[in-house]
Amino acid sequence: MLARSVLRSARSVGATARNVASKTASRSASTTSSAAEGASWKTNALPIGATAFAAGTVAWYAYVAGRDVDAMTPAEEGLHPTQYPWEHAKWNKTFDSQAHGSLRRGFQVYREVCASCHSLSRIPYRSLVGKIMTVDEAKALAEENEYDTEPNDEGEIEKRPGKLSDYLPGPYKNDEAARAANNGALPPDLSLMVKARHGGCDYIFSLLTGYPEEPPAGAVVPEGLNFNPYFPGTGIAMARVLYDDLVEYEDETPATTSQMAKDVTEFLNWAAEPEADDRKKMGWKVLAVTSVLTALSIWVKRYKWASVKSRKLVYNPPIKSPILSKLPKPTNKS
Amino acid sequence: MSSFTSFLYNSIFRRNTTMLATVFAGAFAMQLAFDTGSDRVWDSINRGRQWKDIKYKYIQKAEDDGDDDE
Repeated sequence: MLARSVLRSARSVGATARNVASKTASRSASTTSSAAEGASWKTNALPIGATAFAAGTVAWYAYVAGRDVDAMTPAEEGLHPTQYPWEHAKWNKTFDSQAHGSLRRGFQVYREVCASCHSLSRIPYRSLVGKIMTVDEAKALAEENEYDTEPNDEGEIEKRPGKLSDYLPGPYKNDEAARAANNGALPPDLSLMVKARHGGCDYIFSLLTGYPEEPPAGAVVPEGLNFNPYFPGTGIAMARVLYDDLVEYEDETPATTSQMAKDVTEFLNWAAEPEADDRKKMGWKVLAVTSVLTALSIWVKRYKWASVKSRKLVYNPPIKSPILSKLPKPTNKS
Repeated sequence: MSSFTSFLYNSIFRRNTTMLATVFAGAFAMQLAFDTGSDRVWDSINRGRQWKDIKYKYIQKAEDDGDDDE
């Protein structure tokens, strides 16, 4: 803006100078055109210099403040996960309890594979009922584990078999025990993992299936860690766990690595968002009701404004009559 | 038309209590109808995906196990 105003003023100055020069040239015949050329070079010097200064300023500013600045290197960022067309993530689809996918098989994978290191502490047995398994199956599952009772009369805490209201037990007593068993790395709780990581389901699926056979040439893998390009920092304490035919599905689905990863990812998404099905349904209901109400309010507005919008104001000026005509005419008696 | 509006007026709007009762009953009925209808649409879109569509497999199995025990 500054440069433009400077240019404009310079142009006006140049114009006056050119006028003066042309006048003198026309007046004195001895002056040649070389004087006019010299004048045009001088008049252009200012706008050219101002333009160069402005362009240089913009370039310098872009160099200083316009470049991308990354807090982390691409390796520290981790590879962005591939986006997969998750069926259960569609706006009009529920989680797939079993028929084509997943929740029941995913829970089986969690129980047989993940649960040896990862807890799922926010999921009680009761929430599995009517979603993944029947009441009897869930009760049988709960009774496999022991939980603390309320203190009895002597203040002793005893053990009792689990009930439906109990939460899934973790593999370790506490975080310190988990770290001690895993080379100082804490296996995170998986209850909210889909919501807790960028990329959600895509990230978890990519991580589970993304272990290369060998780390690529030049990659630095610290002692005790494994290479996974999708993990931020690429060094992950968890080794590859999913191999073909690791579990045996009760519905005889071929247990490939990607099948197991897909099932357990969908299960973990359910664990993180067990309310998602109801939420989607409620969202559609809200959209249906509010669209009717919106249409109704638009109609009421048009109805109320119809008379205002369509009325016509007409101004009839009063008929002007000369005031003298109202005066009594003098009798013309001469 | 006019007979219908006069019927409407005489049966509903003439007394405030009957109109209020109509509003409340209508809200209840509309809620019930809307919820039932939207649930039906939702379940038909998601047929075969929800637990209620597949639980017969596992219920049946549990009963079979019970028979085996006896």
